[in-house]
Amino acid sequence: MTMSLVYLASAVGLVQGLKYMGDPTRAKLGNTVAGVSVVVALIAVAWANGNAGTSALSIVLLVGTILIGAVIGKVWSDRVAMTAMPQLVSIFNALGGACAVVLGLNAVYGEGVVNGKFPGVVLILGGIFGGTAFTGSMVAFMKLDGRKLPRPVKAYKHIAQALLLTMSTITVGYLILATGTIPFPTLLLVISITALLYGVFFTLPIGGADMPVLISLLNALTGVATLMAGLLFHDPVMLIGGILVGATGLLLTTQMCTAMNRSLSHVLAGSFRSSRIPTNEVEQDIRSITAVETASLLAFSKQVAVVPGYGMAVAQAQRECFALQEQLRQNGVDLHFIIHPVAGRMPGHMNVLLAEANIPYASVIDMNAVNGKMEYYDAVLVIGANDVVNPSAENDPTSSIYGMPIIRAYKAKQVIVMKRGMAKGYSGVTNTLFDRQNCKVLFGDAKESLEQIITELKRI
Amino acid sequence: MELSYSITTIDGLFVVALSLLLGFEVIKNIPAVLHTPLMSGSNAISGIILIGGVIQLLNTTVESPWTMAAASIAVLLGTINMAGGFFVTHRMLSMFVVKRKPASGPRS
Repeated sequence: MTMSLVYLASAVGLVQGLKYMGDPTRAKLGNTVAGVSVVVALIAVAWANGNAGTSALSIVLLVGTILIGAVIGKVWSDRVAMTAMPQLVSIFNALGGACAVVLGLNAVYGEGVVNGKFPGVVLILGGIFGGTAFTGSMVAFMKLDGRKLPRPVKAYKHIAQALLLTMSTITVGYLILATGTIPFPTLLLVISITALLYGVFFTLPIGGADMPVLISLLNALTGVATLMAGLLFHDPVMLIGGILVGATGLLLTTQMCTAMNRSLSHVLAGSFRSSRIPTNEVEQDIRSITAVETASLLAFSKQVAVVPGYGMAVAQAQRECFALQEQLRQNGVDLHFIIHPVAGRMPGHMNVLLAEANIPYASVIDMNAVNGKMEYYDAVLVIGANDVVNPSAENDPTSSIYGMPIIRAYKAKQVIVMKRGMAKGYSGVTNTLFDRQNCKVLFGDAKESLEQIITELKRI
Repeated sequence: MELSYSITTIDGLFVVALSLLLGFEVIKNIPAVLHTPLMSGSNAISGIILIGGVIQLLNTTVESPWTMAAASIAVLLGTINMAGGFFVTHRMLSMFVVKRKPASGPRS
Protein backbone atom coordinates (compact mmCIF):
# COMPACT_ATOMS: atom_id res chain seq x y z
CA MET A 1 0.00 0.00 0.00
CA THR A 2 2.72 2.45 1.01
CA MET A 3 4.53 1.57 -2.20
CA SER A 4 1.46 2.39 -4.27
CA LEU A 5 1.26 5.83 -2.67
CA VAL A 6 4.95 6.49 -3.31
CA TYR A 7 4.32 5.47 -6.89
CA LEU A 8 1.37 7.82 -7.15
CA ALA A 9 3.50 10.69 -5.84
CA SER A 10 6.14 9.89 -8.44
CA ALA A 11 3.59 9.92 -11.28
CA VAL A 12 2.21 13.28 -10.11
CA GLY A 13 5.78 14.61 -9.88
CA LEU A 14 6.48 13.64 -13.50
CA VAL A 15 3.46 15.51 -14.84
CA GLN A 16 4.05 18.56 -12.62
CA GLY A 17 7.75 18.60 -13.50
CA LEU A 18 6.97 18.62 -17.21
CA LYS A 19 4.44 21.40 -16.66
CA TYR A 20 7.07 23.54 -14.92
CA MET A 21 9.48 22.87 -17.78
CA GLY A 22 7.23 24.88 -20.06
CA ASP A 23 7.61 28.03 -17.96
CA PRO A 24 10.90 29.93 -18.38
CA THR A 25 11.03 31.01 -14.73
CA ARG A 26 10.41 27.52 -13.33
CA ALA A 27 11.95 25.26 -15.98
CA LYS A 28 14.98 24.41 -13.85
CA LEU A 29 12.77 23.48 -10.91
CA GLY A 30 10.68 21.35 -13.28
CA ASN A 31 13.72 19.40 -14.41
CA THR A 32 14.68 18.73 -10.78
CA VAL A 33 11.13 17.68 -9.85
CA ALA A 34 11.00 15.24 -12.78
CA GLY A 35 14.45 13.88 -11.93
CA VAL A 36 13.61 13.32 -8.27
CA SER A 37 10.29 11.66 -9.22
CA VAL A 38 12.10 9.17 -11.42
CA VAL A 39 14.65 8.34 -8.71
CA VAL A 40 11.83 7.87 -6.17
CA ALA A 41 10.00 5.52 -8.55
CA LEU A 42 13.23 3.61 -9.08
CA ILE A 43 13.81 3.13 -5.34
CA ALA A 44 10.18 2.08 -4.85
CA VAL A 45 10.34 -0.49 -7.62
CA ALA A 46 13.63 -1.91 -6.38
CA TRP A 47 12.20 -2.14 -2.85
CA ALA A 48 9.03 -3.87 -4.03
CA ASN A 49 10.87 -6.39 -6.20
CA GLY A 50 13.61 -7.30 -3.75
CA ASN A 51 12.62 -10.51 -1.92
CA ALA A 52 14.14 -13.51 -0.21
CA GLY A 53 14.87 -15.08 -3.59
CA THR A 54 16.83 -12.10 -4.89
CA SER A 55 20.48 -13.06 -5.18
CA ALA A 56 23.27 -10.87 -3.85
CA LEU A 57 24.70 -10.81 -7.37
CA SER A 58 21.53 -9.16 -8.70
CA ILE A 59 21.79 -6.41 -6.12
CA VAL A 60 25.49 -5.85 -6.82
CA LEU A 61 24.80 -5.72 -10.57
CA LEU A 62 21.89 -3.32 -10.06
CA VAL A 63 23.83 -0.86 -7.90
CA GLY A 64 26.93 -1.20 -10.10
CA THR A 65 25.20 -0.58 -13.44
CA ILE A 66 23.23 2.38 -12.07
CA LEU A 67 26.38 3.98 -10.64
CA ILE A 68 28.37 3.43 -13.84
CA GLY A 69 25.47 4.67 -15.97
CA ALA A 70 25.04 7.81 -13.86
CA VAL A 71 28.76 8.61 -14.05
CA ILE A 72 28.86 8.10 -17.84
CA GLY A 73 25.77 10.29 -18.23
CA LYS A 74 27.25 13.03 -16.05
CA VAL A 75 30.61 13.03 -17.85
CA TRP A 76 29.00 13.15 -21.32
CA SER A 77 26.61 15.91 -20.33
CA ASP A 78 29.44 17.99 -18.80
CA ARG A 79 31.71 17.64 -21.80
CA VAL A 80 29.30 18.34 -24.66
CA ALA A 81 29.58 21.66 -26.48
CA MET A 82 26.23 23.41 -26.87
CA THR A 83 26.62 23.32 -30.66
CA ALA A 84 26.73 19.51 -30.35
CA MET A 85 23.54 19.28 -28.27
CA PRO A 86 21.50 17.62 -31.06
CA GLN A 87 24.15 14.88 -31.29
CA LEU A 88 24.01 14.18 -27.54
CA VAL A 89 20.22 14.09 -27.46
CA SER A 90 20.32 11.63 -30.38
CA ILE A 91 22.80 9.36 -28.57
CA PHE A 92 20.72 9.35 -25.38
CA ASN A 93 17.61 8.65 -27.41
CA ALA A 94 19.38 5.75 -29.14
CA LEU A 95 20.28 4.21 -25.76
CA GLY A 96 16.64 4.42 -24.63
CA GLY A 97 15.54 2.63 -27.80
CA ALA A 98 18.24 -0.04 -27.39
CA CYS A 99 17.09 -0.56 -23.81
CA ALA A 100 13.54 -1.25 -25.05
CA VAL A 101 14.78 -3.86 -27.54
CA VAL A 102 16.93 -5.66 -24.94
CA LEU A 103 14.07 -5.65 -22.42
CA GLY A 104 11.58 -7.15 -24.85
CA LEU A 105 13.89 -9.93 -26.04
CA ASN A 106 15.01 -10.66 -22.49
CA ALA A 107 11.41 -10.93 -21.30
CA VAL A 108 10.68 -13.55 -23.95
CA TYR A 109 13.95 -15.48 -23.99
CA GLY A 110 14.42 -15.33 -20.22
CA GLU A 111 10.97 -15.85 -18.76
CA GLY A 112 9.63 -17.39 -21.92
CA VAL A 113 5.94 -17.04 -21.14
CA VAL A 114 3.64 -14.90 -23.22
CA ASN A 115 0.12 -15.17 -21.81
CA GLY A 116 -2.24 -14.35 -24.63
CA LYS A 117 -2.18 -12.05 -27.61
CA PHE A 118 -2.21 -8.71 -25.81
CA PRO A 119 1.27 -9.05 -24.24
CA GLY A 120 2.44 -10.50 -27.54
CA VAL A 121 1.31 -7.45 -29.50
CA VAL A 122 2.77 -5.15 -26.82
CA LEU A 123 6.13 -6.92 -27.16
CA ILE A 124 6.03 -6.72 -30.95
CA LEU A 125 5.20 -2.99 -30.96
CA GLY A 126 7.87 -2.35 -28.31
CA GLY A 127 10.43 -4.06 -30.55
CA ILE A 128 9.33 -2.06 -33.61
CA PHE A 129 9.38 1.35 -31.92
CA GLY A 130 12.47 0.68 -29.81
CA GLY A 131 14.48 -0.80 -32.67
CA THR A 132 13.59 2.01 -35.09
CA ALA A 133 14.40 4.66 -32.48
CA PHE A 134 17.76 3.00 -31.68
CA THR A 135 19.31 2.75 -35.14
CA GLY A 136 17.44 5.82 -36.43
CA SER A 137 18.96 7.94 -33.67
CA MET A 138 22.42 6.46 -34.30
CA VAL A 139 22.23 7.41 -37.99
CA ALA A 140 20.88 10.86 -37.03
CA PHE A 141 23.85 11.24 -34.67
CA MET A 142 26.32 10.37 -37.42
CA LYS A 143 24.66 12.82 -39.83
CA LEU A 144 24.71 15.63 -37.26
CA ASP A 145 28.30 14.85 -36.37
CA GLY A 146 29.32 15.13 -40.02
CA ARG A 147 30.44 11.51 -40.31
CA LYS A 148 30.75 10.02 -43.76
CA LEU A 149 27.61 8.09 -44.64
CA PRO A 150 26.64 6.38 -47.88
CA ARG A 151 24.99 8.86 -50.22
CA PRO A 152 21.21 8.68 -50.03
CA VAL A 153 19.88 6.95 -53.11
CA LYS A 154 16.32 6.27 -54.17
CA ALA A 155 16.68 2.56 -53.37
CA TYR A 156 16.82 3.34 -49.62
CA LYS A 157 13.26 4.58 -49.71
CA HIS A 158 12.11 1.35 -51.34
CA ILE A 159 14.09 -0.78 -48.89
CA ALA A 160 12.53 1.16 -45.99
CA GLN A 161 9.06 0.67 -47.45
CA ALA A 162 9.67 -3.07 -47.87
CA LEU A 163 10.88 -3.38 -44.27
CA LEU A 164 7.88 -1.44 -42.99
CA LEU A 165 5.59 -3.71 -44.98
CA THR A 166 7.31 -6.80 -43.53
CA MET A 167 6.83 -5.55 -39.97
CA SER A 168 3.17 -4.69 -40.54
CA THR A 169 2.52 -8.07 -42.19
CA ILE A 170 4.08 -9.99 -39.31
CA THR A 171 2.13 -7.95 -36.74
CA VAL A 172 -1.20 -8.39 -38.50
CA GLY A 173 -0.40 -12.04 -39.17
CA TYR A 174 0.28 -12.56 -35.48
CA LEU A 175 -3.06 -10.97 -34.62
CA ILE A 176 -5.03 -13.14 -37.03
CA LEU A 177 -3.24 -16.48 -37.03
CA ALA A 178 -2.93 -18.93 -34.18
CA THR A 179 -0.11 -18.00 -31.85
CA GLY A 180 1.62 -21.36 -32.05
CA THR A 181 2.54 -21.24 -35.75
CA ILE A 182 5.97 -19.70 -35.20
CA PRO A 183 7.71 -19.81 -31.81
CA PHE A 184 7.16 -16.36 -30.32
CA PRO A 185 10.81 -15.69 -29.36
CA THR A 186 11.88 -16.26 -32.99
CA LEU A 187 9.09 -13.99 -34.20
CA LEU A 188 10.13 -11.20 -31.84
CA LEU A 189 13.78 -11.61 -32.84
CA VAL A 190 12.88 -11.30 -36.53
CA ILE A 191 10.70 -8.25 -35.85
CA SER A 192 13.41 -6.57 -33.78
CA ILE A 193 16.10 -7.10 -36.42
CA THR A 194 13.74 -5.81 -39.13
CA ALA A 195 13.03 -2.72 -37.00
CA LEU A 196 16.77 -2.10 -36.51
CA LEU A 197 17.30 -2.20 -40.28
CA TYR A 198 14.24 -0.02 -40.86
CA GLY A 199 15.64 2.65 -38.54
CA VAL A 200 18.78 2.89 -40.70
CA PHE A 201 17.05 3.07 -44.08
CA PHE A 202 14.29 5.38 -42.90
CA THR A 203 16.75 7.92 -41.49
CA LEU A 204 19.43 7.90 -44.23
CA PRO A 205 17.54 9.98 -46.83
CA ILE A 206 16.46 12.68 -44.34
CA GLY A 207 18.87 15.55 -43.84
CA GLY A 208 19.82 19.17 -43.52
CA ALA A 209 17.03 21.50 -42.50
CA ASP A 210 14.70 18.55 -41.80
CA MET A 211 16.81 17.44 -38.82
CA PRO A 212 14.63 19.21 -36.19
CA VAL A 213 11.61 17.23 -37.41
CA LEU A 214 13.53 13.95 -37.43
CA ILE A 215 14.94 14.36 -33.92
CA SER A 216 11.52 15.24 -32.51
CA LEU A 217 9.98 12.23 -34.21
CA LEU A 218 12.65 9.80 -32.95
CA ASN A 219 12.11 11.19 -29.46
CA ALA A 220 8.40 10.40 -29.77
CA LEU A 221 9.21 6.84 -30.92
CA THR A 222 11.26 6.15 -27.78
CA GLY A 223 8.35 7.48 -25.75
CA VAL A 224 6.01 4.97 -27.39
CA ALA A 225 8.54 2.17 -26.78
CA THR A 226 8.58 3.13 -23.08
CA LEU A 227 4.79 3.15 -23.06
CA MET A 228 4.79 -0.41 -24.46
CA ALA A 229 7.25 -1.52 -21.77
CA GLY A 230 4.91 0.03 -19.18
CA LEU A 231 2.02 -2.07 -20.49
CA LEU A 232 4.23 -5.18 -20.48
CA PHE A 233 5.42 -4.73 -16.90
CA HIS A 234 2.06 -3.38 -15.64
CA ASP A 235 3.92 -0.35 -14.40
CA PRO A 236 1.94 2.94 -14.21
CA VAL A 237 4.97 5.27 -13.90
CA MET A 238 6.59 3.82 -17.02
CA LEU A 239 3.26 4.21 -18.80
CA ILE A 240 2.81 7.85 -17.85
CA GLY A 241 6.46 8.69 -18.53
CA GLY A 242 6.28 7.06 -21.95
CA ILE A 243 3.10 8.90 -22.91
CA LEU A 244 4.43 12.29 -21.80
CA VAL A 245 7.55 11.77 -23.91
CA GLY A 246 5.50 10.55 -26.86
CA ALA A 247 3.17 13.55 -26.62
CA THR A 248 6.08 16.02 -26.35
CA GLY A 249 7.83 14.48 -29.33
CA LEU A 250 4.69 14.46 -31.47
CA LEU A 251 3.80 18.04 -30.57
CA LEU A 252 7.29 19.32 -31.44
CA THR A 253 7.22 17.27 -34.66
CA THR A 254 4.01 18.91 -35.83
CA GLN A 255 5.20 22.37 -34.75
CA MET A 256 8.43 21.97 -36.71
CA CYS A 257 6.51 20.77 -39.77
CA THR A 258 4.16 23.78 -39.54
CA ALA A 259 7.16 26.11 -39.25
CA MET A 260 8.45 24.80 -42.57
CA ASN A 261 5.04 24.39 -44.20
CA ARG A 262 5.99 20.77 -44.92
CA SER A 263 3.87 17.74 -44.22
CA LEU A 264 5.41 14.96 -42.16
CA SER A 265 5.16 12.58 -45.11
CA HIS A 266 7.22 15.00 -47.25
CA VAL A 267 9.92 15.15 -44.60
CA LEU A 268 9.95 11.36 -44.26
CA ALA A 269 10.17 11.00 -48.02
CA GLY A 270 13.30 13.15 -47.82
CA SER A 271 12.39 15.33 -50.75
CA PHE A 272 11.29 18.85 -51.55
CA ARG A 273 8.36 19.42 -53.85
CA SER A 274 9.89 19.94 -57.25
CA SER A 275 9.72 23.44 -58.58
CA ARG A 276 7.60 23.85 -61.70
CA ILE A 277 9.70 26.63 -63.21
CA PRO A 278 13.45 26.46 -62.75
CA THR A 279 14.14 29.85 -61.17
CA ASN A 280 17.75 28.95 -60.46
CA GLU A 281 19.21 30.33 -63.67
CA VAL A 282 18.20 33.98 -63.15
CA GLU A 283 21.10 36.45 -63.05
CA GLN A 284 21.11 38.37 -59.80
CA ASP A 285 22.27 41.92 -59.39
CA ILE A 286 24.04 41.90 -56.05
CA ARG A 287 25.20 44.96 -54.17
CA SER A 288 28.01 44.24 -51.74
CA ILE A 289 29.03 46.19 -48.66
CA THR A 290 32.22 46.26 -46.60
CA ALA A 291 32.56 45.69 -42.87
CA VAL A 292 33.55 49.35 -42.37
CA GLU A 293 30.43 50.58 -44.16
CA THR A 294 28.32 48.14 -42.16
CA ALA A 295 29.78 49.47 -38.92
CA SER A 296 28.93 53.08 -39.72
CA LEU A 297 25.45 52.07 -40.86
CA LEU A 298 24.86 50.28 -37.55
CA ALA A 299 26.31 53.13 -35.50
CA PHE A 300 23.76 55.55 -36.96
CA SER A 301 20.81 53.23 -36.34
CA LYS A 302 18.51 53.03 -33.34
CA GLN A 303 16.96 49.57 -33.66
CA VAL A 304 18.97 46.72 -35.16
CA ALA A 305 18.20 43.01 -35.38
CA VAL A 306 20.23 39.90 -36.09
CA VAL A 307 18.63 36.90 -37.81
CA PRO A 308 20.88 33.94 -36.94
CA GLY A 309 20.83 30.61 -38.77
CA TYR A 310 22.73 27.37 -38.58
CA GLY A 311 25.59 29.03 -40.46
CA MET A 312 26.23 31.19 -37.39
CA ALA A 313 26.70 28.07 -35.28
CA VAL A 314 29.02 26.56 -37.91
CA ALA A 315 31.14 29.74 -37.89
CA GLN A 316 31.07 29.68 -34.05
CA ALA A 317 30.11 33.35 -34.11
CA GLN A 318 27.81 33.40 -31.04
CA ARG A 319 30.33 35.19 -28.79
CA GLU A 320 30.95 37.83 -31.46
CA CYS A 321 27.18 38.38 -31.59
CA PHE A 322 27.22 39.05 -27.86
CA ALA A 323 30.23 41.37 -28.24
CA LEU A 324 28.41 43.21 -31.03
CA GLN A 325 25.38 43.67 -28.81
CA GLU A 326 27.53 45.04 -25.97
CA GLN A 327 29.39 47.40 -28.30
CA LEU A 328 26.19 48.66 -29.93
CA ARG A 329 24.70 49.31 -26.50
CA GLN A 330 27.62 51.65 -25.80
CA ASN A 331 26.86 53.37 -29.10
CA GLY A 332 23.23 53.73 -27.97
CA VAL A 333 21.88 51.12 -30.39
CA ASP A 334 19.42 48.41 -29.33
CA LEU A 335 20.11 44.96 -30.82
CA HIS A 336 17.53 42.16 -30.97
CA PHE A 337 17.87 38.57 -32.13
CA ILE A 338 14.99 37.19 -34.19
CA ILE A 339 14.71 33.41 -34.25
CA HIS A 340 12.92 31.23 -36.80
CA PRO A 341 11.37 28.09 -35.21
CA VAL A 342 13.44 25.70 -37.37
CA ALA A 343 16.76 27.57 -37.24
CA GLY A 344 19.47 25.16 -36.10
CA ARG A 345 19.49 21.39 -36.04
CA MET A 346 16.94 20.76 -33.30
CA PRO A 347 13.93 22.68 -31.96
CA GLY A 348 15.10 25.71 -29.94
CA HIS A 349 18.78 25.11 -30.78
CA MET A 350 19.52 28.79 -31.57
CA ASN A 351 18.09 29.95 -28.23
CA VAL A 352 20.46 27.64 -26.36
CA LEU A 353 23.47 28.80 -28.36
CA LEU A 354 22.64 32.47 -27.75
CA ALA A 355 22.01 31.83 -24.05
CA GLU A 356 25.41 30.14 -23.78
CA ALA A 357 27.02 33.27 -25.22
CA ASN A 358 25.36 35.28 -22.40
CA ILE A 359 22.96 37.08 -24.71
CA PRO A 360 20.08 38.11 -22.44
CA TYR A 361 16.87 36.16 -22.86
CA ALA A 362 15.00 39.47 -23.04
CA SER A 363 16.59 40.46 -26.36
CA VAL A 364 15.78 37.15 -28.10
CA ILE A 365 12.47 37.34 -29.95
CA ASP A 366 10.25 34.80 -31.70
CA MET A 367 9.54 35.32 -35.38
CA ASN A 368 5.79 35.60 -34.85
CA ALA A 369 6.08 38.31 -32.20
CA VAL A 370 7.92 40.67 -34.50
CA ASN A 371 6.95 39.93 -38.10
CA GLY A 372 4.30 42.65 -38.18
CA LYS A 373 6.71 45.39 -37.09
CA MET A 374 9.81 44.66 -39.17
CA GLU A 375 9.72 48.12 -40.83
CA TYR A 376 10.73 49.70 -37.50
CA TYR A 377 14.18 48.09 -37.70
CA ASP A 378 16.79 50.43 -39.17
CA ALA A 379 18.97 47.47 -40.11
CA VAL A 380 18.74 43.70 -40.05
CA LEU A 381 21.87 41.53 -40.14
CA VAL A 382 21.29 38.04 -41.53
CA ILE A 383 24.03 35.71 -40.26
CA GLY A 384 24.18 32.22 -41.71
CA ALA A 385 20.48 32.03 -42.56
CA ASN A 386 19.04 31.85 -46.06
CA ASP A 387 15.72 30.13 -46.77
CA VAL A 388 14.07 31.58 -43.64
CA VAL A 389 14.41 35.14 -45.01
CA ASN A 390 13.67 34.39 -48.68
CA PRO A 391 10.69 36.52 -49.86
CA SER A 392 9.93 33.91 -52.57
CA ALA A 393 8.24 31.92 -49.82
CA GLU A 394 5.61 34.66 -49.70
CA ASN A 395 5.28 35.97 -53.24
CA ASP A 396 6.37 33.26 -55.70
CA PRO A 397 3.84 30.41 -55.94
CA THR A 398 6.23 28.52 -58.24
CA SER A 399 8.98 28.42 -55.63
CA SER A 400 9.49 25.13 -53.82
CA ILE A 401 9.53 26.89 -50.46
CA TYR A 402 6.32 28.85 -51.20
CA GLY A 403 4.09 28.93 -48.12
CA MET A 404 6.84 28.50 -45.56
CA PRO A 405 6.53 31.18 -42.85
CA ILE A 406 9.59 33.48 -43.06
CA ILE A 407 11.11 36.29 -41.05
CA ARG A 408 10.19 39.42 -43.06
CA ALA A 409 13.70 40.85 -43.03
CA TYR A 410 13.03 42.46 -46.43
CA LYS A 411 10.65 44.93 -44.75
CA ALA A 412 13.43 46.47 -42.66
CA LYS A 413 14.97 49.76 -43.83
CA GLN A 414 18.25 48.02 -44.66
CA VAL A 415 19.18 44.31 -44.82
CA ILE A 416 22.77 43.09 -44.70
CA VAL A 417 23.33 39.42 -45.45
CA MET A 418 26.62 37.94 -44.25
CA LYS A 419 27.73 35.19 -46.60
CA ARG A 420 30.80 33.19 -47.47
CA GLY A 421 29.93 32.95 -51.16
CA MET A 422 26.93 32.75 -53.44
CA ALA A 423 25.93 29.19 -52.43
CA LYS A 424 22.20 28.59 -52.25
CA GLY A 425 20.30 27.54 -49.13
CA TYR A 426 19.33 24.03 -48.19
CA SER A 427 16.37 24.05 -50.55
CA GLY A 428 18.55 25.09 -53.51
CA VAL A 429 16.25 28.03 -54.26
CA THR A 430 17.51 31.43 -55.44
CA ASN A 431 17.11 33.98 -52.69
CA THR A 432 15.19 36.91 -54.20
CA LEU A 433 16.04 38.96 -51.11
CA PHE A 434 19.34 39.87 -52.84
CA ASP A 435 17.42 41.53 -55.70
CA ARG A 436 15.80 44.02 -53.34
CA GLN A 437 16.97 47.63 -53.28
CA ASN A 438 17.41 47.59 -49.50
CA CYS A 439 19.60 44.47 -49.42
CA LYS A 440 23.39 44.36 -49.43
CA VAL A 441 25.74 41.41 -49.06
CA LEU A 442 28.78 41.38 -46.78
CA PHE A 443 31.06 38.64 -48.11
CA GLY A 444 33.42 36.72 -45.82
CA ASP A 445 33.54 34.53 -42.75
CA ALA A 446 30.79 35.62 -40.32
CA LYS A 447 33.07 35.53 -37.30
CA GLU A 448 35.82 37.63 -38.92
CA SER A 449 33.33 40.11 -40.38
CA LEU A 450 31.72 40.60 -36.97
CA GLU A 451 35.14 41.18 -35.40
CA GLN A 452 35.92 43.84 -38.01
CA ILE A 453 32.57 45.55 -37.45
CA ILE A 454 33.14 45.62 -33.68
CA THR A 455 36.66 47.07 -34.12
CA GLU A 456 35.24 49.78 -36.40
CA LEU A 457 32.40 50.57 -33.99
CA LYS A 458 34.93 51.17 -31.21
CA ARG A 459 36.55 53.89 -33.33
CA ILE A 460 33.31 55.71 -34.07
CA MET B 1 4.64 -11.44 -10.26
CA GLU B 2 1.68 -9.40 -8.98
CA LEU B 3 2.98 -6.56 -6.89
CA SER B 4 0.93 -4.12 -4.88
CA TYR B 5 1.63 -1.20 -7.21
CA SER B 6 1.13 -2.99 -10.51
CA ILE B 7 -2.04 -2.44 -12.48
CA THR B 8 -4.28 -4.57 -14.68
CA THR B 9 -4.28 -4.28 -18.44
CA ILE B 10 -7.56 -2.38 -18.53
CA ASP B 11 -6.32 0.00 -15.83
CA GLY B 12 -3.28 0.47 -18.02
CA LEU B 13 -5.39 1.42 -21.03
CA PHE B 14 -7.29 3.95 -18.87
CA VAL B 15 -3.97 5.46 -17.83
CA VAL B 16 -2.83 5.57 -21.47
CA ALA B 17 -5.95 7.35 -22.71
CA LEU B 18 -6.12 9.91 -19.91
CA SER B 19 -2.38 10.69 -19.75
CA LEU B 20 -2.31 11.21 -23.49
CA LEU B 21 -4.91 13.98 -23.20
CA LEU B 22 -3.14 15.35 -20.13
CA GLY B 23 0.25 15.26 -21.84
CA PHE B 24 -0.89 17.38 -24.80
CA GLU B 25 -2.56 19.90 -22.46
CA VAL B 26 0.52 20.24 -20.23
CA ILE B 27 2.98 21.01 -23.01
CA LYS B 28 0.69 22.77 -25.48
CA ASN B 29 1.93 26.35 -25.01
CA ILE B 30 5.64 25.96 -24.49
CA PRO B 31 7.67 28.93 -25.78
CA ALA B 32 10.25 28.21 -28.49
CA VAL B 33 13.08 29.28 -26.19
CA LEU B 34 12.46 26.13 -24.11
CA HIS B 35 12.14 23.64 -26.96
CA THR B 36 15.63 22.17 -26.65
CA PRO B 37 15.57 21.76 -22.84
CA LEU B 38 12.05 20.32 -23.11
CA MET B 39 13.24 17.78 -25.61
CA SER B 40 16.31 16.73 -23.66
CA GLY B 41 14.26 16.67 -20.44
CA SER B 42 11.53 14.50 -21.92
CA ASN B 43 14.25 12.35 -23.45
CA ALA B 44 15.57 11.85 -19.91
CA ILE B 45 12.10 10.85 -18.72
CA SER B 46 11.95 8.13 -21.37
CA GLY B 47 14.99 6.64 -19.62
CA ILE B 48 12.49 5.50 -16.99
CA ILE B 49 12.24 2.38 -19.15
CA LEU B 50 15.14 1.16 -17.02
CA ILE B 51 12.53 0.20 -14.39
CA GLY B 52 11.79 -2.79 -16.62
CA GLY B 53 15.43 -3.81 -16.35
CA VAL B 54 15.34 -3.42 -12.56
CA ILE B 55 12.27 -5.70 -12.33
CA GLN B 56 13.95 -8.32 -14.54
CA LEU B 57 17.26 -8.12 -12.72
CA LEU B 58 15.80 -8.51 -9.22
CA ASN B 59 13.55 -11.42 -10.22
CA THR B 60 16.30 -13.44 -11.90
CA THR B 61 18.30 -16.11 -10.12
CA VAL B 62 21.95 -16.99 -10.62
CA GLU B 63 20.80 -20.06 -12.61
CA SER B 64 19.99 -17.90 -15.62
CA PRO B 65 23.14 -15.84 -16.16
CA TRP B 66 22.15 -14.66 -19.68
CA THR B 67 18.89 -13.15 -18.46
CA MET B 68 20.81 -11.47 -15.69
CA ALA B 69 23.44 -10.11 -18.07
CA ALA B 70 20.83 -8.80 -20.50
CA ALA B 71 18.86 -7.13 -17.69
CA SER B 72 22.06 -5.47 -16.45
CA ILE B 73 22.75 -4.12 -19.93
CA ALA B 74 19.20 -2.75 -20.10
CA VAL B 75 19.65 -1.02 -16.73
CA LEU B 76 22.97 0.47 -17.83
CA LEU B 77 21.57 1.81 -21.14
CA GLY B 78 18.49 3.24 -19.44
CA THR B 79 20.53 4.88 -16.67
CA ILE B 80 22.88 6.65 -19.10
CA ASN B 81 19.84 7.91 -21.03
CA MET B 82 18.10 9.13 -17.88
CA ALA B 83 20.98 10.54 -15.83
CA GLY B 84 22.69 12.13 -18.83
CA GLY B 85 19.42 13.68 -19.97
CA PHE B 86 18.62 15.27 -16.61
CA PHE B 87 22.18 16.52 -16.08
CA VAL B 88 22.46 18.10 -19.52
CA THR B 89 19.03 19.72 -19.21
CA HIS B 90 20.08 21.18 -15.87
CA ARG B 91 23.26 22.52 -17.44
CA MET B 92 21.33 24.11 -20.29
CA LEU B 93 18.67 25.68 -18.09
CA SER B 94 21.38 27.16 -15.86
CA MET B 95 22.40 29.29 -18.85
CA PHE B 96 18.97 30.84 -19.21
CA VAL B 97 18.96 33.71 -16.77
CA VAL B 98 15.46 35.11 -16.82
CA LYS B 99 15.16 38.59 -15.41
CA ARG B 100 12.71 40.44 -17.59
CA LYS B 101 9.93 39.40 -19.91
CA PRO B 102 11.13 38.96 -23.49
CA ALA B 103 10.94 42.05 -25.68
CA SER B 104 7.90 42.09 -27.93
CA GLY B 105 9.68 43.83 -30.79
CA PRO B 106 11.07 47.21 -31.78
CA ARG B 107 9.88 50.43 -30.18
CA SER B 108 7.40 51.89 -32.61
